[in-house]
Amino acid sequence: MREITFAEALGEAISEEMGKNPTIFTYGEDVAKQGGIFGAYKSFSGKFSGRIFDTPISEEVIYGSALGAALVGMRPIAEFHFADFLFTGIQSITLQIEKIRYMTGGQGKLHLLLRGPDGISNSAAAQHSESIETIFMHTPGIKVIIPSTPYDIKGLIKTALREDDPVICFEHKMLYKTKGFVPEKEYLIPFGVADIKKEGNDVTVVTMSRMVHESLKAAEELEHEGISVEVIDLRTLVPWDKNQVIESVKKTGRLVVAHETWKRAGWGAEIASVVQEEAFDYLDAPVIRVGAKNVPMPFASTLQDFVTPNYKDVINAVKKVLR
Amino acid sequence: MVYSKDFLLNLYKTMVKIRNFELMAEKLFLEGELLGFIHLYIGEEAIATGVMANLRKDDFITSTHRGHGHMIAKGADVNRMMAELYGRTTGYCKGKGGSMHIADFSIGVLGANGVVGGGLPIAVGAGLGIKMKKADQVVVAFFGDGASNTGAFHESLNFASIYRLPLIFIVENNHYASTASTKETTAIENISDRAVSYGIPGVTIDGNDIIVVYEIAKEMIKRAREGGGPSLIEAKTYRIKGHFVGDPELYRDKKEVEEFWLKEPIKKFEKKLFELKMLNEVEKKKIWENNQKEIKEAAKFAKESPIPSNKEALTDLFVNDSGYDY
Repeated sequence: MREITFAEALGEAISEEMGKNPTIFTYGEDVAKQGGIFGAYKSFSGKFSGRIFDTPISEEVIYGSALGAALVGMRPIAEFHFADFLFTGIQSITLQIEKIRYMTGGQGKLHLLLRGPDGISNSAAAQHSESIETIFMHTPGIKVIIPSTPYDIKGLIKTALREDDPVICFEHKMLYKTKGFVPEKEYLIPFGVADIKKEGNDVTVVTMSRMVHESLKAAEELEHEGISVEVIDLRTLVPWDKNQVIESVKKTGRLVVAHETWKRAGWGAEIASVVQEEAFDYLDAPVIRVGAKNVPMPFASTLQDFVTPNYKDVINAVKKVLR
Repeated sequence: MVYSKDFLLNLYKTMVKIRNFELMAEKLFLEGELLGFIHLYIGEEAIATGVMANLRKDDFITSTHRGHGHMIAKGADVNRMMAELYGRTTGYCKGKGGSMHIADFSIGVLGANGVVGGGLPIAVGAGLGIKMKKADQVVVAFFGDGASNTGAFHESLNFASIYRLPLIFIVENNHYASTASTKETTAIENISDRAVSYGIPGVTIDGNDIIVVYEIAKEMIKRAREGGGPSLIEAKTYRIKGHFVGDPELYRDKKEVEEFWLKEPIKKFEKKLFELKMLNEVEKKKIWENNQKEIKEAAKFAKESPIPSNKEALTDLFVNDSGYDY
């Protein structure tokens, strides 16, 4: 099988679907000429004339117009420049996209995709480093996908572009250049199906995005100490694969939830809470969360590293639930 | 311009229908029949009516929290509207939207909107979609003077202009944004002057004169349909009733309201129709009575319609909700 980057896999997914479906078009800041701020669209720039274009820096309209375009039958892909900037146009998502179908009694299909980069990278500091996926899990009305590998992003984006519901996709900046196996043959990945990235028997680690890779690194180190860790990549947060997580907990009896976003009220708290509500009898230890310290992201790289979780935090958490 | 009697009387009947619907909504709310917030379009009927008389069924509009008039003028069914105000299953939104979220996508109404300025980006998107499809529909975005002070207004007009989208922005300047007077909260006298910033035509008109509204809208809609791009029409009007039913209206003088009752659009149009001998007292009475009957029946239909079951609350969020945990 061939190896391609995360960005190339994303580009392939969009390009293949645009080739099939003339209602798909994509726009955002710096997407057409530059191919996206992290090169996500580079692999197919120039291919779909008029269907990829740069917009003004008007976040509220970029997201809100995706809704309007979907309502008249198109299938827009609107890119957010950085996940942090979603806050500047958030009413278009949380007050409009998430609610309009429900509050109009099921009128219309909102086949639209919002996608863009999130997470830390290279001392981008407090306004360019956030992971804010939890907000869209908390507010009902949009599906949330967060792929961690080239294989997953291609399959999930292709599914998103055939969904009739709004989808938001978070792509960690540090993943765009990572490589992985992606088949040439077409495949789709359904929403709500987690992927066991590594099987294990002693502790379950539920994670997503960059922290999948940190968790796998932790699992590898722990293996040397004779500790067998199961790493579950949820891949989609809304809906999330509760059954798979609970099945794993039944096997291991111990759960760690690891994410890059803030620990306080991050989505890990929801997972931990649901597991204790529905599988308490199978737990042999309290659920431990791994997440960022509850401060905005500092600039200095040593400080960024200090507040951001990594594989060492996962190792410590696993050891803690085994005590 | 010479208009046929039928055409003018139809405009008149639509305005009367909006007025009677609103008067009934007000009455029912004050009697405790309706819940939530009801924002009345009384005194502003000429705008929705005059604009919509130029639209096709497959054209789109976005509306506001004060949206009943837009719905009726675009051809909505008053039974289903009233049922929505009652929160019944037969309502446009099956009782899940209420007055502020009333919509009928099948006649091109992409929703009233509870967020001031919230409809503008949606209208821009509809225009963008139409342009991508190379269709010849147009989109009218209705909003108030309050919305013209939001960031969404600026972003939307600029965005629509650079892509020459088939949009008509209609600001219904009714003198008040909730309790704040437009004069005190808006830096310029005529909001249409803002069009200059976006390189599009802007015009301020008497929004209480149905013929003026009709004519200007006709021109701007034609322009948009033919690829000429967006425009901004400021229709000056007056919100005769409070911001919502039950508003104590501590922020304005009763005299001011009385003054505007004399300038309200239905009376103004009636005067013209009488002069043209297209309407007389007998015919007028008949039109009002017939319509009052229709609205009364709508209220009866609504009241007698079923209340939604609780399980209705857990539907319509997604088209495909497999795996979603309610």
